[in-house]
Amino acid sequence: MTAHNIDPTASGEDDGVYRLRLYVAGQTPKSLTAMANLKRVCEQHLAGRYEIEVIDLMQNPRLAAGDQILAIPTLVRRLPAPLKRIIGDLSNTEKVLVGLDIRSQTAQP
Amino acid sequence: MPGYDPGTGSGRAATRPMIMEYTMSLEAAPSSRPTLPKAPTGIAGFDDITGGGLPAGRPSLICGSAGSGKTLFATTFLVNGTTLFDEPGVFMSFEERSEDLAANVASLGYNLDKLVEDGRIAIDHVQVDRSDIEENGEYDLEGLFLRLGFAVDSVGAKRVVLDTIETLFSSFDNQAILRSELRRLFGWIKDRGLSCIITGERGEGQFTRQDLEEYVSDCVVLLDNRVHEQITTRRLRVVKYRGSAHGTNEYPFLIDAQGISVLPVTGAGLSHGVSSEVVSTGIPGLDAMLGQGGFFRGTSLLLTGTAGTGKTSFSSTMVNAACERGERCMMFVFEESAAQVVRNARSIGLDLQRHADAGLLRFEAARPSLYGLEMHLARMHRDVEAFGPQLVVIDPITAFRGPEAEVQSVLLRMVDLLKARGITGIFTSLMHGGTGATIDADADLGMSSLMDAWVRLTHEEANGEINRTLYIIKARGMSHSNQVREYQMSEAGIGLIEPYIGPEGVLTGSARLSQVAREQAAALRRQQEIERRRREIARRRAAVDRQIQELRAALEAEEQEVTLLHQQDQERESALARDRQAMARHRTAAE
Repeated sequence: MTAHNIDPTASGEDDGVYRLRLYVAGQTPKSLTAMANLKRVCEQHLAGRYEIEVIDLMQNPRLAAGDQILAIPTLVRRLPAPLKRIIGDLSNTEKVLVGLDIRSQTAQP
Repeated sequence: MPGYDPGTGSGRAATRPMIMEYTMSLEAAPSSRPTLPKAPTGIAGFDDITGGGLPAGRPSLICGSAGSGKTLFATTFLVNGTTLFDEPGVFMSFEERSEDLAANVASLGYNLDKLVEDGRIAIDHVQVDRSDIEENGEYDLEGLFLRLGFAVDSVGAKRVVLDTIETLFSSFDNQAILRSELRRLFGWIKDRGLSCIITGERGEGQFTRQDLEEYVSDCVVLLDNRVHEQITTRRLRVVKYRGSAHGTNEYPFLIDAQGISVLPVTGAGLSHGVSSEVVSTGIPGLDAMLGQGGFFRGTSLLLTGTAGTGKTSFSSTMVNAACERGERCMMFVFEESAAQVVRNARSIGLDLQRHADAGLLRFEAARPSLYGLEMHLARMHRDVEAFGPQLVVIDPITAFRGPEAEVQSVLLRMVDLLKARGITGIFTSLMHGGTGATIDADADLGMSSLMDAWVRLTHEEANGEINRTLYIIKARGMSHSNQVREYQMSEAGIGLIEPYIGPEGVLTGSARLSQVAREQAAALRRQQEIERRRREIARRRAAVDRQIQELRAALEAEEQEVTLLHQQDQERESALARDRQAMARHRTAAE
């Protein structure tokens, strides 16, 4: 119930676009896997409604503190609010969907 | 892991042997051959214990329960590092936000914000909110490495603090990854040659909840905040220091406005030098009672007395005398405030405030219950070190309450602390009840044998009044009066009164005065009697002389008479002879 009460505010500024940020550190296998997994999930469930920004902390270590990144890779959902973080290579698609709170377009009338 | 049993640390039994151990361990410490490079912490006592500080270029674990001062210790390490040793540092906080951290240590006089601004210290607050993190598949903590690496590079850090990295254990589900990453992190710190403090929360039966000691094996320091009889004492122990000798005892440490100080309490080594310089007590009568006119410098003097005998006044007088000689004095008062001591001293004509203003006299007033015994000792140690006094008053030692053995141990070290520095110590001790002159066994807290001198102040009750008397029970190395002396405290100070010892013992007060009057009257009578006798003798002598004169005159008269008779006799003889010749001539003529 409460979740629904909060949701309208979130969806109010929500233009339906998922702004995601993926933090990686160099081209490690884990990073590459995470990137591939993320793209696949987004293409399948959020086609045209997402933006992915990949930040390589090897090149920009200063950005790590801003989003409180410790684990690599970390996926941050900046929008829609609230902010969410998923760490790991995103190998479990179900958990990614739940974690990013992606409701499939068809299921949501 | 060598099981640390939290139960054995406290307790009285541990207190005494510790003194012995210390001398051994610390004597071993300074003889540091070219050993491990060390990163000094700038915490004076701590660097002494460890022979120079924490291991340089390696991680050290500082563990302790909540509120034991881990974060402060770590911050001091960083701040001193950059301000004293030109080693910038990084503070990675997993608990407090950087602004909270700055506010917390501001009370110690550390201006973290300024140091951050100057690029001397970098603070990174790592906040991991379990609620908005989801784990999905493989990951590592490269982000932490990068952040740390970035912070280290940004200030050119040589020192790092991770406070408290254990919080990560509640942030991540995958403990296996976390543990391997931590191991990698500590390895990375060593590779980079960073002197690092890792703080850890004390766990049950182990040093840290997450067994951090498994990863950080070079140096482990345990901070402890024990409550004993409602009084807490902070203690520090170097549990382990690979490749270096270190003091192994628990050392009390202080956190106050002057930061952290660890007190390597000196041992019972009796190797201190002695002085034969005699210093006056400021009480002429008392000086006179002591063969040399005062006590030796560096003497430990015990002043015992019942309530109201003027223990504090005696100490104040001695302090005043010392200050007037230009010496520095410290008074640790535990039952009065400094202002009170000053006011009370004024009543015996002493102006202590003047000395305090001149910076010669410092008061340290604290309730005995403010800290534990060890802490008091630690505080005194620090204050004495900082102020460098020549005379220290501890008023009174009986204010310290606790198990007897512990109190005695602390006092012993207090005496030793002063003796080792050649500081004259005056310890006052309150005795209860008893107006008798017997030596009260428990008033000296077993201290008497430690003390070089012992002056006992008592009340003597007689004839409905109480008079104050003192006597010197002992004064090592000098002859002293064996008399019980009455003293009076007035605006002119403390004055000793000439002893009055009559057939009924020492008389004091009005009894003394009346006895003096009686004796004076008797003396007068005796004097008059003697005068009378003397006059009589003179008279008799005159009479005898006269008689002698008369006799001699009579004798002379008799002698003259005899001479006259003799002459007459001779004249008659010669006359007869002449007559005979004349007769003969006449006869011849006639024939």
